[in-house]
Amino acid sequence: MLINKRLILSHFWLAFIVFGAALVLGAWQMFVRSPLNAWHFNPEFYYRSVTAHGTVMGYVFPTLVAMGFGYAISEAALEQPLIGRRWAWAGLILVAVGSVVAMIPVSLGLASVLYTFYPPMIGNPFYYIGVVLVVVGSWIWVALMSINLAAWKRDNQDKPVPLAMFANVAGSYLWGWTAVGAALELIFQIIPTALGLTATIDAGLARVFFSWTLHAIVYFWLIPTYIAYYVIFPRAIGGRLYSDAMGRIAFILFVVVAMPIGVHHLFADPQVGAGLKFMHSVFTGLVALPTLLTVFTIVASAEIASRLRGGKGVFGWIGALPWKNPIMLATALSFVMLGFGGAGGLINMSYQLDSTIHNTQWVTGHFHLIFGGAIVIMYFAIAYDLWPHLTGRALDSLGMMRAQLWLWFIGMIVTTFPWHYVGILGMPRRMAFYDYANPAISPQAFSVTMSAAGGLILLTSGILFLIVLIRGQFAARGEAGAYRFAIPLHMPVRIPVALNSFGLWLALMIGLTVINYGYPIAQLMVLKGTSVPAVYVGAAR
Amino acid sequence: MTSETDHSHGPHGLGEAVAARIERRWAALSIVIVGVLVCMAAFIGIHQATMPQGRVETADPTTLHLSGEFVESNLGSALEADGSVTVRAIGQQYSFTPQCLVVPADTPITIRATSADVVHGLLIEGTNINTMLVPGYVSDLPIRFKSPGEHVMPCQEFCGIGHQGMWGKVQVVDQTAFRNMAASKRRLTCVD
Repeated sequence: MLINKRLILSHFWLAFIVFGAALVLGAWQMFVRSPLNAWHFNPEFYYRSVTAHGTVMGYVFPTLVAMGFGYAISEAALEQPLIGRRWAWAGLILVAVGSVVAMIPVSLGLASVLYTFYPPMIGNPFYYIGVVLVVVGSWIWVALMSINLAAWKRDNQDKPVPLAMFANVAGSYLWGWTAVGAALELIFQIIPTALGLTATIDAGLARVFFSWTLHAIVYFWLIPTYIAYYVIFPRAIGGRLYSDAMGRIAFILFVVVAMPIGVHHLFADPQVGAGLKFMHSVFTGLVALPTLLTVFTIVASAEIASRLRGGKGVFGWIGALPWKNPIMLATALSFVMLGFGGAGGLINMSYQLDSTIHNTQWVTGHFHLIFGGAIVIMYFAIAYDLWPHLTGRALDSLGMMRAQLWLWFIGMIVTTFPWHYVGILGMPRRMAFYDYANPAISPQAFSVTMSAAGGLILLTSGILFLIVLIRGQFAARGEAGAYRFAIPLHMPVRIPVALNSFGLWLALMIGLTVINYGYPIAQLMVLKGTSVPAVYVGAAR
Repeated sequence: MTSETDHSHGPHGLGEAVAARIERRWAALSIVIVGVLVCMAAFIGIHQATMPQGRVETADPTTLHLSGEFVESNLGSALEADGSVTVRAIGQQYSFTPQCLVVPADTPITIRATSADVVHGLLIEGTNINTMLVPGYVSDLPIRFKSPGEHVMPCQEFCGIGHQGMWGKVQVVDQTAFRNMAASKRRLTCVD
């Protein structure tokens, strides 16, 4: 049962509006840095745009989707009205206000430091304060998810927590804890320097703090997508979830091993030693496990659905799947992108292979394929699935939905495959323009042009997506019925405590983070002479 | 748009035990895959000595130009007594010093570099030589070029609004040519 529909819908609308704006910036960036554009523009506009695009796509858009979807799951899976409705609105307002506060200095060119902050470069303090407000708003959601689960558990002592809510709360804890890294960096290092209270900053320590957030934030983005795989997809195609327990194990693994692996972003950094890098590399390998488990469970669930529809044969059942169903299509396309993106991720994880592609366009290609591709296409699917239940109106532009999903997939492949390729050639990332007349760079020109074309396809798809949702707001009224999640093939009657609660896993999550991050943080805090003068950007010179 | 099925038992008598067994096998296979990948990385790291730098070294960016190994007269390539070469360089907004490195082919080389202001990076295209330059810390990287040639060396980390202009160069010359150059100068670059 969905009760606070306006609350949920407001989260999704704000998410998709900011997504649309950031998508335009992204497409523009792809164009201006390509050979299609003559060099006559101010490079500062490019970095301004990258800062806005990254901040919105990284901090605001997925956070709002996770929050809105989280409230929907809490009400639908627990079948109880949301506790803390006013707090939820306050959280949404904080995210909205924070976004505006952050984006004003960015659009004025006072904080072109990119969403990864990069101290000792220091921008306008309001940029960082805005980001903190966004995070604080999302922490309200983290607390509410935990409170709602606790209330349900009190009234349903012997029942297993529904998988959707279990996964949702796992995601919220993951985010609550992983955001601490960047929060420490912002509150103790960057904001005091931005306000002029200190003039020096330890850039190496700041990078360590940021890496604590930087990797697990990707799993925070990913969790709504995985929830959709487990609890929306099997139901939407008329099947059953192959395994409820495996789903729980996958989400628990994300909580435990997503955090203590962030130092793989610092493989090429001088402020962390080799031993610690190796340890984080091993843990990074482990985080492939929940994905491998998920792929198996979801494909098996698809097979069940197909055989229920009369699908036959070892591979013949694939053809019998309901391919016209947008959720089916989105999930299949998401899996293809997850496969390529995951393979790329395994390359990034090893120090030896990473040194070829570290900080090249490969990395940008990689996370656009995983996040923009595999993850965001499922955000579309979640919206398509939820919309009729939120608006009370039918969403019946099925053809347009399929076209939109295909365009997103094609656009993402056309954008990111050449992007990976130029990365292997050694093209550095985050440059406003390249001298394509230089014989060392000219072989990369064609691929960059292709990526720019892919950007336009993505923009088209994004516009179509918004049209589908807007048409849905004005469609004829129709009762969509109760919002339900997929039922497992074998409904768990009794479930081990470990798969039904978080105490042990949170202890492991915090413990492993303390072990894997405690040493480098302590080492750098003790080490003298590592604080360097801040370099203020956007200041009048 | 969605439909619901409600069978209280699995289709075709697929037992829970069978489902769990298949699942366990897949989980075991997944663990083996990850284990093999991690062991491969560890083996190559030890066997081919491709490991990140072992320890953390510091350098104060505010006094780089006054004393220590990164004073301007000490930057560039130095031929060591054992025949290896040490290259010292710094990155600053928006160039490298020296802007063009000259090194011998087929010789063990150590790059030692740092930053004088913000975070930079150093990447030599056509190779897997790639490191960050973080102000306050020294990057130390063993490298080797197979054959003579020219490479571009861009800064690979966003370092401010002039980042797109920060491109250095590397000239790899053969060993004899390098030794001849080193006979007359203590520190070599291809800038002058």
